[in-house]
Amino acid sequence: MPKVLIPTPLRQFTAKQDSVTVPGATVGEVLAALTTEYPDLRKQIFNDEGKLRSFVNVYLNDEDIRYLGKDATPAADADTLSLVPSIAGGAHGERPGGKH
Amino acid sequence: MTLSKDEILRYSRHLIVPEVGMEGQLKLKAAKVLLVGAGGLGAPLGLYLAAAGIGRIGLVDFDVVDFTNLQRQVIHFTKDVGRNKIDSAAEKMQALNPNVEIVKHEVALSSENAMEILQDYDLVVDGTDNFPTRYLVNDACVLLGKPNVYGSIFRFEGQATVFAYQGGPCYRCLYPEPPPPGLVPSCAEGGVLGILPGTIGLIQATETVKLILGIGEPLVGRLLLYDALGMRFRELKLRKNPECPICGEHRTITKLIDYHQFCGVPQHVPQEAPKQESKVTEGEIEVTEVKEKLDRGDKFVLIDVREPHEHQICNIPAAKLIPLGEVGRRLDELDPEADIVIHCKSGMRSARACGILKAAGFKHVRNMKGGILAWSDQVDRSVPKY
Ligand SMILES: [Zn+2]
Repeated sequence: MPKVLIPTPLRQFTAKQDSVTVPGATVGEVLAALTTEYPDLRKQIFNDEGKLRSFVNVYLNDEDIRYLGKDATPAADADTLSLVPSIAGGAHGERPGGKH
Repeated sequence: MTLSKDEILRYSRHLIVPEVGMEGQLKLKAAKVLLVGAGGLGAPLGLYLAAAGIGRIGLVDFDVVDFTNLQRQVIHFTKDVGRNKIDSAAEKMQALNPNVEIVKHEVALSSENAMEILQDYDLVVDGTDNFPTRYLVNDACVLLGKPNVYGSIFRFEGQATVFAYQGGPCYRCLYPEPPPPGLVPSCAEGGVLGILPGTIGLIQATETVKLILGIGEPLVGRLLLYDALGMRFRELKLRKNPECPICGEHRTITKLIDYHQFCGVPQHVPQEAPKQESKVTEGEIEVTEVKEKLDRGDKFVLIDVREPHEHQICNIPAAKLIPLGEVGRRLDELDPEADIVIHCKSGMRSARACGILKAAGFKHVRNMKGGILAWSDQVDRSVPKY
């Protein structure tokens, strides 16, 4: 089964696991299995129409699936999928005083 | 342009590297680099770029040093708390290398001033901390044809790449849009390993120096991911998106836009934002009133929706801890008829928790205004802020 690497911001939705192995013969099937197993993750990576959100990129090994076959890209057992969300941080988060 | 005798001694360890040499050091001296942000990424960047002998370094920042910065923003010292970051940073950089010209742009970079500020520089280094400024820096760099050396951090992870280098992929090619505010929990998810911005900032500094010298293989078309916990670097392919609205074949963005609107976030208020600006709104309760309720022994439930590790830092003993992420599935622990007050650190997460409870039919739910930070300010000063 292909392995999916979960980045830090999304680990709270996968019971803190940094990688998850789920079945699927295509990227779409793997992501469907992943969000079935971890339903809280669904809203994070798919929009209301069930399409991948534009600030979460999915890579099959080192290639962006947008430039492969998107959801239909075949995924083999030896493949690794990475979810790579956009992060803005350069330094701080919430600060005392509430100033951002 | 030449190097003085003092400069030759100072840059000796560059001059004896064949790939740098006198020619390279003069390139560094002739270079003009704009550093956007004098915070976590900007701290190591500012120090090392000054030390390396970049001729002119522009700084853009309008923030003030506070105690929570000192854990990672190593260009600012304890004595600098309360000072403007730009002055604090410029002072250290100038002390490290008096040969470098430091230009201070003490403004919030905006659609109105970005083109004018950026156009005087050869290269831009993005050390900002928010989506609107990142898209602004990207778009201005693409429109002006200047490379954008990008770095971003989160907890134990970092990303780095060089955007818009000689027509190469840009930030919008990678991420066409930012996440809507509040989707990825930012308040609960804040925090960063203090060393992480050092690592990522120095990757940016390395790429900056390489681009100026024209040596090696620039981090172009590759997104570098760094995982400090696993101590792993990974590289993903970063392609130019033919559909990119600013650098693709059919461009729809030809000038700077309103980036706060684009990112769906309110305008950043510079300097000291008024603290007690707003009145208690519908569904909110003041911390002082919560204290009175506790003292009177009123029958009500106080819920803390922060994370367990935050609860360990400080807490209100009467509060029941239910982290925001668990609220939805732990509703059965609560009585829909009960008088409920919810708090978090500053009031953002608790507002979301109030929404969840109200949607589930809870009738008497209020958000404790200002969270435990306000509690520390107005009720119990012994409660530490974080
Ligand atoms: Zn682009």
